Amino acid sequence: MPHPEVAEPSVVTRRDFVKICTAAAASVGMPAWAGEKMAEKVAKGKKPSVIWLHYQECTGCTESLLRSAAPDLGELILDLVSLDYHETLAAAAGYQLEAALESTMKEQAGKYVLIVEGSIPLKDDGIYCYVGGHKAIDTLKRVADKAAAVIAIGSCASWGGIPSASPNPTGAVGVAQALPGKTVVTLPGCPANPYNLLGTVLQFATFGTLPALDDKGRPKFAYARVIHDDCPRRAHFDNGRFAQAFGDAGHREGWCLYKLGCKGPQTHANCSLLHFCEVPGAWPIGIGHPCIGCTEQGIAFNVPIHQNMPIERPTAPMAYPNVGGAKGEVGAIAAGLGGLVVGVAAGASYVASRKLNVQVQKAEGDQEKKP
Amino acid sequence: MTMTRRGLLKVLGAAAGAAAIAPATAEARAARKSNPDDLGLLFDATLCVGCRACSIGCRDANGMPPDVAMIGGAPYDAPADLNGNAMSVIKLWSTEKETGYLKAQCMHCADPACSSVCMMGALHKGKRGVVQYDVERCVGCRNCQIACPFNVPKFEWAAASPKIIKCELCRHRWEKGKGPACAEVCPRGAVISGSRPELLAEARRRLAATPKAYQGGIYGETQGGGTACLYLSPVGFGPLGLPPLGDQPAPALVESVQHAIYQGAFAPLALLGTFAVVAWKNRHAATAAAAAEEDES
Amino acid sequence: MNAPPRPVHGELFTPFVKFLLVLWGLGTVAGLYRFIMGLGAATSMNDGYPWGIWIAIDVVVGTGLASGGYVLAFLVFILNKGKYHPLVRPALLTSLLGYGVAGVAVAFDLGRYWTMWRIPVSPQHWSSTSVLLEVALCMMAYTTVIFLELSPAWLESLAASQNPERARLAQRWLPRAEKALPFLIAFGLLLPTMHQSSLGGLMMMAGLKLHPLWHTGFLPLYFLFTAFTMGFGVLYFESIFSSVAFKRPLENRLLATLGRYVAGVILAFLALRFVILGVEGKLGLVFSSGRLGFFFWAEVLIFLGAAIIFLRQGALGRPHEQLRAALLAMLGGTLYRVDVFLVAYDPGNGWIYFPSVSEILVTLGLIATETVIYILVVRKFPILAGVTTPRGRDVPAGLTEGAAS
Repeated sequence: MPHPEVAEPSVVTRRDFVKICTAAAASVGMPAWAGEKMAEKVAKGKKPSVIWLHYQECTGCTESLLRSAAPDLGELILDLVSLDYHETLAAAAGYQLEAALESTMKEQAGKYVLIVEGSIPLKDDGIYCYVGGHKAIDTLKRVADKAAAVIAIGSCASWGGIPSASPNPTGAVGVAQALPGKTVVTLPGCPANPYNLLGTVLQFATFGTLPALDDKGRPKFAYARVIHDDCPRRAHFDNGRFAQAFGDAGHREGWCLYKLGCKGPQTHANCSLLHFCEVPGAWPIGIGHPCIGCTEQGIAFNVPIHQNMPIERPTAPMAYPNVGGAKGEVGAIAAGLGGLVVGVAAGASYVASRKLNVQVQKAEGDQEKKP
Repeated sequence: MTMTRRGLLKVLGAAAGAAAIAPATAEARAARKSNPDDLGLLFDATLCVGCRACSIGCRDANGMPPDVAMIGGAPYDAPADLNGNAMSVIKLWSTEKETGYLKAQCMHCADPACSSVCMMGALHKGKRGVVQYDVERCVGCRNCQIACPFNVPKFEWAAASPKIIKCELCRHRWEKGKGPACAEVCPRGAVISGSRPELLAEARRRLAATPKAYQGGIYGETQGGGTACLYLSPVGFGPLGLPPLGDQPAPALVESVQHAIYQGAFAPLALLGTFAVVAWKNRHAATAAAAAEEDES
Repeated sequence: MNAPPRPVHGELFTPFVKFLLVLWGLGTVAGLYRFIMGLGAATSMNDGYPWGIWIAIDVVVGTGLASGGYVLAFLVFILNKGKYHPLVRPALLTSLLGYGVAGVAVAFDLGRYWTMWRIPVSPQHWSSTSVLLEVALCMMAYTTVIFLELSPAWLESLAASQNPERARLAQRWLPRAEKALPFLIAFGLLLPTMHQSSLGGLMMMAGLKLHPLWHTGFLPLYFLFTAFTMGFGVLYFESIFSSVAFKRPLENRLLATLGRYVAGVILAFLALRFVILGVEGKLGLVFSSGRLGFFFWAEVLIFLGAAIIFLRQGALGRPHEQLRAALLAMLGGTLYRVDVFLVAYDPGNGWIYFPSVSEILVTLGLIATETVIYILVVRKFPILAGVTTPRGRDVPAGLTEGAAS
């Protein structure tokens, strides 16, 4: 017997739909009225059309999106947006699918949202990635040209990701680099947290605007702070309690993973606040592994996972200087040298005065003998 | 060598004369008092919880980088004391029974020792009694650090072009209508800012309201000739590391002594004149004697 | 009784001078390190001890030891002890070098050394309350005065020059220099009186940070006293050093009678110190100051020892006793001044200080430079007087092996 939820196609009432919209809005931190407003828009048939392109990637971002529950992908696709082209999820294939892409571009020109997953190879004229007989860079430029908004999901699309790791054989770059001059919302992460996409898309669908972005195109609502700022293990860091090795007492106690190479202090992302797929603790630090800095170009796939890194914005420890704590130091070599100088001076003075005495006495003796 | 005794007497006489003139012309330098509109802080050690919002607020307001220290292998913003990267620091004090916090920053003395010793007035009293710094007149001699009884002025030891760093009560924020950032961000009102008379009144009010909560009165009311930053403590001020200064500011003593010697340059000029006359006379006598000797021979 | 001063001549690069040049090289390297890496990296100075040995030793002790010119000028020109005249030029030379070294040390020490020139040329900014400013201006002026006081020495050597124009120039200026001398001397006496006392005044402002055994309103007077003891000590030391180093006759008989005065100054200083401590009600601290009590008594005993030996050598003028007494007088003054500036100074808050390798090397390098220049100058210019004494009193042979140049 098939599972009832899957077997029976749900009939979405208007009330249900408002609920879904409100839940979706809530999950990305928007107020309830935003959800209602979105429901109104959708009721008027203004679902934003979405084109989703895959290039050099592992489809992990899509996979994690498939596993979000509120709203789940079915709701997202069917009710909130109109996903008109997605190579992994489309029922169609081959020419039929490519035709869907062409027709969407034509019908929704200037209105559709382009979401890119995966990096774009530029080396050797971009020959390393073909989809449907076209080079990645060519299709990308063509589709982006008429897009109302371009969103790069995942670290690959944001800045190159794994494909761009040294020696970067395909010359992989992120979407922003492949489309110079174009505003690209980047949602780095490996995979990116689906809610950050949801939030961005919902804001665009509802208000027609993009969220405030930082200098790397990342929405500030998700990437303005570092993991370290909101880490549940932060108290241990402030108190200097560090796991020294995997499996040691501190590690089992849930102490700070900084010394095991945690990149949290350098990594801009909201993982510590918004865990993946509604499973509490479902993120690296939550399961006892240091953050690998997957959102950060220059850290992820570049710095060894367990290598310790400096802290971007050091903060105060839960310890205070004492009113009269010891400060300053005495160098051992300096102390030795100082002692040597004083000793030599004292010794030389004594010897000199002794010698002078002997000499004078001898001279006096000589003088007495003479007459 | 019959000149010896006479010469000595002359010198001593002149010196005594100069010494007699000096005190007559020089008055002891009076301690400078604070003005009613002097800006200050009132720190209440019974209220502070050590959250360090003031230190961070100070950093942000003055655009200073964190002062990084490695503790147990991890970097923290942990200045061990006031320094070239920290103008306001929370320190821990403890007695046998109690533990608490002290906010250290410039005290803004009514009669500051740092500006008294400063050669070209790089540190000087500015508007609203703030002891402020002008790098253009600083040569980096660090005499202010020797002179300050609270060890407040700090030097940028690592900088190629080092400056003296100290709290100026956020005077760059005044024109925006804002006061010291530390007081603005304090979540407990443990440090508040205002004019010195207001702060004194508030401190007295607190002392009167809960006399048992405090010991030792108001630090800075008279200590060191009075400071614009005032302290209240539940355990007196020794445990807080505040020096037991007398009511006379150090500059009053030093400048009195120096003025006694140099006032109106009387003593130095008298001494100079005496030296010149005696030296000339002695030399004259010596050459005359030499000439006489030559004549004889 | 005495022959006029003349250049000593002789070989320049003796082993001793070579050793000094090595020290100079090390000091230069350490000095470069300071200017490239900054004060924080090169020195142990910190926010608690902002003044280290470059101030306490190179400037405060250094100019104290350079007071030989001051005390001798006082002795010769004011007390009219003409017989000490032969010692004047070497004493002035050491003073000039000592103050020069202090100036260089200040340049090393100042955080914003490139703005140093502003001090003498910015009278509109001068703070009348700053003791340090008085010290700085006074020292600069005094260095100029010593240079002028020494002008007869280099004018004389210029007069002996082969170049007729230079000789004529010297001939013209020599009498003028001679005429101006009393006024220069007066300045040369006033200025050190002012700044040597003000060096003590500097630490008056330290207040509670300076231990009460040392902190007093009489610090300026005490520093004047120690300038005298150190100046006298240097006078003896230099006389003996130069006679040994340059194989000149000893001046020990000449110096013998001076001992009484030196001892008098030292004893007066000690007596005054105890009286003032009594008046200030601090006598108890003499026995209850722990480690600092040790330093206090070390000062007192060293000075007492110096005074006793100065009195004892009076009749015989034994050079080794004179040397010991002189070294003790210098050491006493040095210890007193270092105590005031570093040992008895405690900023609290747990700060500690001990000089770094760079600081020590720079200090040694400066002392070496000073000594080398002294040797160079007395060899080339008429500084030292060849005092004629009986043959048997000539330089003790063999002594040159150890300390000679």
